[in-house]
Amino acid sequence: MLNMIWLLLLVSGILVAAWHGNIEVVTTAALQAARDAVEVCLNLVGIMALWLGIMKIAESGGMVSVLARMLRPLMVRLFPSVPPNHPAMGAIILNLSANMLGLGNAATPFGMKAMQHLQEINPRPNTASEAMCTFLALNTSCITLLPATIIGVRASFNSTNPAEIVGPCILATACAMLVGVTVDYLFRRRNRRRRRQDSAG
Amino acid sequence: MLVNVLNVISQWAIPLLLLLIPLYGFMKKVPVYEKFVEGAEEGFRTAVRIIPFLVGMMVAISVFRASGAMMVFSSLLKPITDMIAAPAEILPLAIMRPLSGSAVLGMATEIMRVHGPDSFIGRLASVMQGTTDTTFFVLTVYFGSIGVYRYRYAVVSGLSADITGFLVSLYLCHRLFG
Repeated sequence: MLNMIWLLLLVSGILVAAWHGNIEVVTTAALQAARDAVEVCLNLVGIMALWLGIMKIAESGGMVSVLARMLRPLMVRLFPSVPPNHPAMGAIILNLSANMLGLGNAATPFGMKAMQHLQEINPRPNTASEAMCTFLALNTSCITLLPATIIGVRASFNSTNPAEIVGPCILATACAMLVGVTVDYLFRRRNRRRRRQDSAG
Repeated sequence: MLVNVLNVISQWAIPLLLLLIPLYGFMKKVPVYEKFVEGAEEGFRTAVRIIPFLVGMMVAISVFRASGAMMVFSSLLKPITDMIAAPAEILPLAIMRPLSGSAVLGMATEIMRVHGPDSFIGRLASVMQGTTDTTFFVLTVYFGSIGVYRYRYAVVSGLSADITGFLVSLYLCHRLFG
């Protein structure tokens, strides 16, 4: 799936550039993007170190497991394949909370930590597990209570009410999340049924 | 009112976390600095590990966009967007939304500069910017950090959420601001 998307992006880009007669655009764009990607990662190094350091303190003090215990009834339903006391649960909760608060730079480190924990219980290390897919469906459609960046942009262009978009944003994201989680659930159910048929036949 | 409350929360969130977590750890007799460094070291390694994945993804996306292929793609989709009454200029933004956060922010800013933040399309661009996340960036970085390269159905569920976010944003903007 991803192989096809990646190839499609590249091939269609190069063909269209050739068709338009400005193939040199491809070179510039590719080299610049490669540099930018490393810059994104380098910017992430410090932020990752900061938040995972803070998270380690919270973990050692037992704070994360308290949080995880509070949300356990919800979490075991969303992640039936993860043991209820597994540290992945705490990291997932931290990631989603940071997302909601609009703390994008804290959410990413927590999210990667959660993925590492989920990888520990993944039977096929190069393939996404069910719990990983559910987590990503939740994560990519998570509600942000205050989309601060876009409000700032609106204010800078003298909007009469920069924050009027908050309500629609929350509502639209809630719908997106519902669909994402439902689709994920349907895939999981289909796979389970298939596995059962395989073992029966 | 609600927005002010949310604003205060988002301003205080990071300072409070940086205050409360180490304090809580200290009370639980955690060697706070040692633990911090231990965790920070893991963070460092993870950030470096995702570089190859991000280079691959960002190069492909950038070539797709800079070459004009994205505009070709969005003109192919035009009959569909006309059907659901979406302004033509919003389509590139909708296509880029799952691919690149910074590109979309740039496009939304440009739309607001040209049409004004309180125009219909300006509001629509704002709502879409604040709605779903950059699915491909998240998939690349998260799966990359643990070396998973078979994403299975995660792409489909992520994109179905993105499409829903776009359609609901469009509907709400028509109802509220149209």
